Amino acid sequence: MATAVAHEPHEHAHYTTTGLDHRKIAIWAFIGSECMLFASLISTYLIYKGRSIVGPFPHEAWTSPDGHVFKPILNIPVTSQSTFVLLMSSLAMVLALAAVENRNKPKPARITLGYRILSSSRLWLGMTALMGATFLGYQAFEFTSFVHEGLTIRTNLFGSSFFTLTGFHGAHVTVGVLWLLTLLAIDFKRGLTPKDALIVDICALYWHFVDVVWIAIFTLVYLIK
Amino acid sequence: MSDHGHADHAHEHPTWKQYKWVAIILGVITGIEVWIYYTPFKDSPYFVPTLLILSATKFVIVVMFYMHLKYDHKLFRALFTGPLLIAMSTIAALLFLFINRHHAVV
Repeated sequence: MATAVAHEPHEHAHYTTTGLDHRKIAIWAFIGSECMLFASLISTYLIYKGRSIVGPFPHEAWTSPDGHVFKPILNIPVTSQSTFVLLMSSLAMVLALAAVENRNKPKPARITLGYRILSSSRLWLGMTALMGATFLGYQAFEFTSFVHEGLTIRTNLFGSSFFTLTGFHGAHVTVGVLWLLTLLAIDFKRGLTPKDALIVDICALYWHFVDVVWIAIFTLVYLIK
Repeated sequence: MSDHGHADHAHEHPTWKQYKWVAIILGVITGIEVWIYYTPFKDSPYFVPTLLILSATKFVIVVMFYMHLKYDHKLFRALFTGPLLIAMSTIAALLFLFINRHHAVV
């Protein structure tokens, strides 16, 4: 069963004639525009896929004219781990939002450890930021190893389109982590209440969008040859 | 509440148990995607369609349950699905334009 969530009116709510808060309309419009940005980057990657005449290549080994052998460059096990971390960060994000929304609800007669954990917005915001930072760590490791193996943004079409696409996504994750840390700081300073649910919701929408973009990138770039 | 009704502020959200099951399903689908990559199935003509279907399933699950689009106002749905359709059409159009020009460039 789904639970009804009735947010308390915001002190400075900005409602439009639709009855919807314009900040939420704005974030959805922004996410819509971001869909088109990433579509252009993904299209570019797919169009250039398989058209590089020099390696390293994503899925195939390559021997350079001087006899140096390059292995397929993509490391699927490592990227699978980072994908899993980012997916689980979305779970932590929804739990952070739920914790903020339910903060003023009557507490149960017996407060269990499970209840304490689930109702801690600080824990879940911190977990989400930590998992986002972990994802960035994986990406930094991946980029560094690629450069050491001879693939830079200037090496070939694959390198240019790959680093542009995943770099843009990484930049979005970085913004998301900073946003989450800001919310966490607010939570520590004055505590997030149900009145703040909308600002957490907006951050959550951005974070989940970053997640769904990676779902597409993981399949199209890493798994499909 | 004002006369506007604040439609975005009175909606349903899944319970934490539903969130947990969504996370489990997402994890399992990702596991299947990676698993089939290491099986002979990856040489099958059904490999790419299967991956695309699994990926689209994960995409829809996150958008519907974690982004609450299933429960939210229809205007938000329109604001997301409209540009998404344009984006997917753009990808399809560009691929149709360029995918058969198989010549190495750099």
